[in-house]
Amino acid sequence: MLPDKAAEIIALGQIAKRFGAVRALNGVDLLVGAGECVGLVGHNGAGKSTLMHVVAGTLKPDSGDIAIAGMPQPDYHVTMAHKLGIRCVFQELSLCPNLSVAENAYIYHAEIKGVRWHQRASDLIQAKLDEIFPGHGIGPADVIRDLPISKRQMVEVARAFTVTAYPLRLVVLDEPTSSLDSRTAGQLLSFVRRIVAGGTSCILISHLLNEILDHCHRVMVMRDGRVVAAGAAAAFDRDRLIDAMGTVAAPHQMASRRTAVREAAAPLRIRARPARQQDGTELEAHDGEIIGLAGLSGHGQAQLLIDIYRASSKPTDRIEVKGPVAIIAGDRQSEGIFPMWSIAENIAIRSIATLRNGMFISPSREAGLARQWQERIGIRTPDVANNILSLSGGNQQKALFARALASDAGIILMDDPTRGVDVATKFEIYELIEAETRRGRTFLWYTTEMEELGNCDRIYVFRNGRIVAELNRDELTEEAVIQSSFHVEPWLTSA
Amino acid sequence: MADLSLEGKSRRLVLTGQAPRRLLRSLLPALSLVLILIGIAWLNPRAMSYFGFTLMLNLAIPIALATIAQMFVMTGNDLDLSIGTFVGFVGCVTATWLREAPLIGALMLIGSVGVYAALGALIYLRSLPSIVVTLGMSFVWQGLAILLLPKPGGAAPEWLQQLMGLKPPWIPFPILAAIVIAAVAHVGLMRTSYGTILRGSGGNPLAMSRAGWSLFKTKVTLFTLAGMFGVASGLALIGTTTSADANIGNGYTLLSIAGVILGGGEFVGGRVSPVGAVLGALTLALAASPLLTFMRIPPDWQVGANGAILIIVLAARALLSRQEALTQ
Repeated sequence: MLPDKAAEIIALGQIAKRFGAVRALNGVDLLVGAGECVGLVGHNGAGKSTLMHVVAGTLKPDSGDIAIAGMPQPDYHVTMAHKLGIRCVFQELSLCPNLSVAENAYIYHAEIKGVRWHQRASDLIQAKLDEIFPGHGIGPADVIRDLPISKRQMVEVARAFTVTAYPLRLVVLDEPTSSLDSRTAGQLLSFVRRIVAGGTSCILISHLLNEILDHCHRVMVMRDGRVVAAGAAAAFDRDRLIDAMGTVAAPHQMASRRTAVREAAAPLRIRARPARQQDGTELEAHDGEIIGLAGLSGHGQAQLLIDIYRASSKPTDRIEVKGPVAIIAGDRQSEGIFPMWSIAENIAIRSIATLRNGMFISPSREAGLARQWQERIGIRTPDVANNILSLSGGNQQKALFARALASDAGIILMDDPTRGVDVATKFEIYELIEAETRRGRTFLWYTTEMEELGNCDRIYVFRNGRIVAELNRDELTEEAVIQSSFHVEPWLTSA
Repeated sequence: MADLSLEGKSRRLVLTGQAPRRLLRSLLPALSLVLILIGIAWLNPRAMSYFGFTLMLNLAIPIALATIAQMFVMTGNDLDLSIGTFVGFVGCVTATWLREAPLIGALMLIGSVGVYAALGALIYLRSLPSIVVTLGMSFVWQGLAILLLPKPGGAAPEWLQQLMGLKPPWIPFPILAAIVIAAVAHVGLMRTSYGTILRGSGGNPLAMSRAGWSLFKTKVTLFTLAGMFGVASGLALIGTTTSADANIGNGYTLLSIAGVILGGGEFVGGRVSPVGAVLGALTLALAASPLLTFMRIPPDWQVGANGAILIIVLAARALLSRQEALTQ
């Protein structure tokens, strides 16, 4: 349905914003009507997040017009946005980790006054969590830092939808499902459907193009700070979106090109049994294999990767690892990058032993190694001596891949490595993995995205810290994984 | 349905793994205090009396107040290296001007709280590291204290001596004072809505400003509170010792930081506990001299032994938090 002029929630005209030499936004128009869901896609660095900061009032554009509900807003800022009913769930979590769930809800609602503020904030967030994520298992007194990242994301999303003194008109969701497992992501998206039907508007940013195509009325594609395509979602399909985003039409999955059957003679690299496994089921990985770890997030996959990593230097009776191991973290901010270091230092740290010159690290060899990998996997930077934070998220992740692949490790453990990475970079990463398996490297790949499991030779599904199913590639279907993850009767999964 | 029961199950598992350690961690300040008290009781049973506690804990009140002052600054991810000399400066004002010309003395103290507020504003507006600013200020306060009182001396105002010498029935005054201090700070910072905002400003400043809160206001508020508790600490100190010395508070800077950390606080992240901080301060005050005297450790070795106790207690705390982090 197309909105009429009176029902415009937000109208941005010719918005421009520069950061130094970079034109982040270059004359962008955006119009969202009441009860409309607009999908926004584009690569990392295309300007989506910058645009959303302008919408949220946290960033002032250099030029351009902003009108909310038909009224021009020359001094638009974040407090005003809140009063006008514009809310934003940002990609980087904006909760205070030291405060409880209820206290974080209060921060969003200064209107809550009186001695019973805490109780009212608790009720508010609890009711909204129950509404969006039934069975969420989060209490209002839980302190955020004790919650896993998926639950933090749920709190963050629920908070954006809470209403006190001011109406709720438009919610911006920037990669809301990137930290959620498929079940909670589904709960969120069906909630979005309901509120949009109820007249609230929504801007949805996602790298998962199916989410956009299935849930949005209209789609906008951004590239290099401009809107390069826009139209009704029905007029787009996956391939057209990817085309518009400016990627080469990459193959859907690399799997088709892989030799499907591994030679039985390939030597065994890893044999591992999770700590909570009660039967004798073991994970096995041979030379040149890609092994997928599936299941709901937080069910022991990442822990097993860490256990395997530990066992590589200190063998245990339940884990046997042959050869050096490298790990690629998915939560790159807290577990992956060294934020004060340069790109080259971040890449070279896993290979220091080979870059030594007597007692010292040879800066030239370090830079040489970094440049070699920069070229090989296309890290977009003018100079590898720049700080790692000068890279966009996807390129930071590439640097972490370079760190692991430049090392002597024959076994690479990956903890959801493409989280929040754009489609083009994902395809580059898939190809990289494929190329490395041909050199005999073994990959253990924990991923929350069903599509990526299609790249694996074998998949182990985890539930409650145990392996509950082993699927070969030809047995892999979404239903099979969901069934094992939830352990429900098959006839329930379709509901 | 199956999903629900599964959620419930995993949640219970998390609780059983996580809760005892968190409980242990929050009980650690109380536990270390009890340990020290048991040690004292074992070495000298007679110290466990109304007068024993009054004597042993008299100097704990100013330390507790200075620790709370430090805690407010640490709530906003800053550190106050001037709190010790500031307490000394307040002590010198109290022992001279406040006694001889109460109005001018009171104005000087109010003005010094104003200086703290201005420091908070300066640190926020110019994005200066608080360590540098307060280190500089520590010499300013020290210099002013020496100007006021070049030689040890002066005298506490009568009313202050009487206040600090109160003998309430049943509960020794220092314990009562510690309970009041902890309760006031706890309600103010942990229970009120603006206290939540103050802690949030340390937890995730960017998110707070995006939610429309002024970080300038929170920073100035935290430093003002630190100044106020610093003044209270100086008053309590002089009320107890009855005379002043320009160097009287110098040790408080490190004691107050150790007290906050011992009480379960962190240097960054807005994670503090007022009750823990007061308990930490009491523990340090008891460990500092009564325990060591009862252990017949010669005064020459007491400072070193005090440091050793600090290291042991803080190491135990660090060990617990590391385990907590590992289980996450």
